[in-house]
Amino acid sequence: MTLQTTTYLIVGFTFSIYIGIAIWARAATTKDFYVAGGSVHPVANGMATAADWMSAASFISMAGLIAFMGYGGSVFLMGWTGGYVLLAMLLAPYLRKFGKFTVPEFIGERYYSKAARIVAVICLIVASVTYVIGQMKGIGVAFSRFLEVRYEIGLMIGMGIVFIYAVLGGMKGITYTQIAQYCVLILAYTIPAIFISLSLTGVPIPQLGLGSTMSGSEVYLLDRLDQVLRDLGFLEYTTNVRLSTMNMFMYTFSLMIGTAGLPHVIIRFFTVPKVKDARSSAGWALVFIAILYTTAPSVAAMARLNLIETFNTPDGGHMVYAERPDWVKNWEATGLLAFEDKNGDGEIEYSADPATNEVTKIDRDIMVLANPEIAGLPNWVIALVAAGGLAAALSTAAGLLLAISSAISHDLLKGVFRPDVTEQQELLASRIAMAGAIMLAGYLGFNPPDFAAGTVALAFGLAASSIFPALMLGIFYKRMNKEGAIAGMLAGLGVTLLYVFQHKGIMFIASTSFMGDMPQNWFLGIEPNAFGAVGALVNFGVAIAVAKMTAPPPQEVMDLVEHIRVPSGAGDAISH
Amino acid sequence: MSQNNSYWSANLRLVGLCLVIWFVVSYLFGIILVEPLNSIKLGGYKLGFWFAQQGSIYVFIALIFFYANRMGKLDREHDVHEDDE
Repeated sequence: MTLQTTTYLIVGFTFSIYIGIAIWARAATTKDFYVAGGSVHPVANGMATAADWMSAASFISMAGLIAFMGYGGSVFLMGWTGGYVLLAMLLAPYLRKFGKFTVPEFIGERYYSKAARIVAVICLIVASVTYVIGQMKGIGVAFSRFLEVRYEIGLMIGMGIVFIYAVLGGMKGITYTQIAQYCVLILAYTIPAIFISLSLTGVPIPQLGLGSTMSGSEVYLLDRLDQVLRDLGFLEYTTNVRLSTMNMFMYTFSLMIGTAGLPHVIIRFFTVPKVKDARSSAGWALVFIAILYTTAPSVAAMARLNLIETFNTPDGGHMVYAERPDWVKNWEATGLLAFEDKNGDGEIEYSADPATNEVTKIDRDIMVLANPEIAGLPNWVIALVAAGGLAAALSTAAGLLLAISSAISHDLLKGVFRPDVTEQQELLASRIAMAGAIMLAGYLGFNPPDFAAGTVALAFGLAASSIFPALMLGIFYKRMNKEGAIAGMLAGLGVTLLYVFQHKGIMFIASTSFMGDMPQNWFLGIEPNAFGAVGALVNFGVAIAVAKMTAPPPQEVMDLVEHIRVPSGAGDAISH
Repeated sequence: MSQNNSYWSANLRLVGLCLVIWFVVSYLFGIILVEPLNSIKLGGYKLGFWFAQQGSIYVFIALIFFYANRMGKLDREHDVHEDDE
């Protein structure tokens, strides 16, 4: 069977499972739609949260970035897992106790202000939409590569699939579908990693293989990788710092609090039955995430080594271009891998020196997808990786769309403009909002205005600098009032947007950047991707200063804070 | 109310302890002290590198379950736990 037929079969099979589940579990009430009836077991919820959280960025992109950043790539590993510690201890149990559907709803009631709620809705929509555009683009690229259709057609197929299960199913459908998607994506990630670890080190567990010796040799794999990179003139893999210690610190911090402030992750903790479950559910989510996140460094290092040895063979020779393997031809055709035979000897040499390096382009994002092909694994494994990448992108897109639609229908329509809408009307509005969000994200996915790493940075930076401080202060600082919270959110959001736009361009259009994307212009050497951490500190500072200068919140709000701090009397998630 | 206050301060102490460990394994061992720790080897891993790419994640998981477990006990001691159904 050809690779393409196998891919059609495996992707088609997984998709029919997702759609079947969405139809079986479709939502009948607003509560089903927003929080899955508050009835999801913490382990199941943890698994769904893991699928929701791990997007195309985690699945397709992260290991490729680490492969080239080495130790510096640790910011993603620590940043995207450490946020769950903050979630479990600082936010999830209290927001579950509060017992409402959405993040802006909490902010609106805690800060007794419709203005605060609207500001929170704006933060949420901007962060989620920027994030979802990246997912739609990932879906389009994966479909077009593996189903061999044009990118636009791949994107439209993806929009159709997301529409069917997110719009009909709501949270209940999404939760159960995401459990299936988690299973697909984790198998797709670990199976090739096990094969590759076995072939390089003879150890079947990739996490241990990375710390082991090479097969048939006394040399440790990481020492060998360091040695190979040094010989080619690159920085050592295991000590390659990302810009500076300060930058790595802030980058990690920004990703951690961004994780804890992303609304689509927070609302997962409204779906468990009890406060107690909200705490352990964050732990289960991290267990399921960690299976991928501790495998990723092995995938990264092994893929880098395999890649180098494809071009510069261990016997000291180089790849003969006319005899290049099929996977090289396949990726060359996409334009994501490119060569230039500078010395005209018919061989391809890889080196750190631009004058002699003949591998002129290696797109980081091809590493995970190409990895099973590089290692010569069977077709079904390659097809499974395609299905896994799509599962990761689709599950995250659906979760983000749900957060966007509930912000519009529940917070804006019912909460602010038309409090008298019936449940059916609200559900309809929510589905229309979701369809609209898919159209918008799909449209921007057709014409991506230079969205790339900047989009992800902005989504995290926004969540970190606006939503997280307002939530945390709302729970841990009883004296925090509406003036402080609103000023803090606007200040944190503003500072982050300004810094990102001045270096990356307004809405990421490079020509409109007014300070240039240059390290010498960076504040304390912090790259824009990491600036959400500074935005969050500004938010905390401004919020506390303003709160101290203005009147304390009313007594009933203080009582509300007392109430959410203890688990007893939680009851179900209620609408009003 | 005083019952709740002692519950809350016990909670804050526990969160504080957990966040100190959280900080030490990631920011301290994984970033600030990575160079000195790298002189120690754990199999083929340099220790600082291992904390940054593996160890911190394992500690994060242990921390959350430790916290959830201790909070469950605190809830009962202070009689603020949820009704068992």
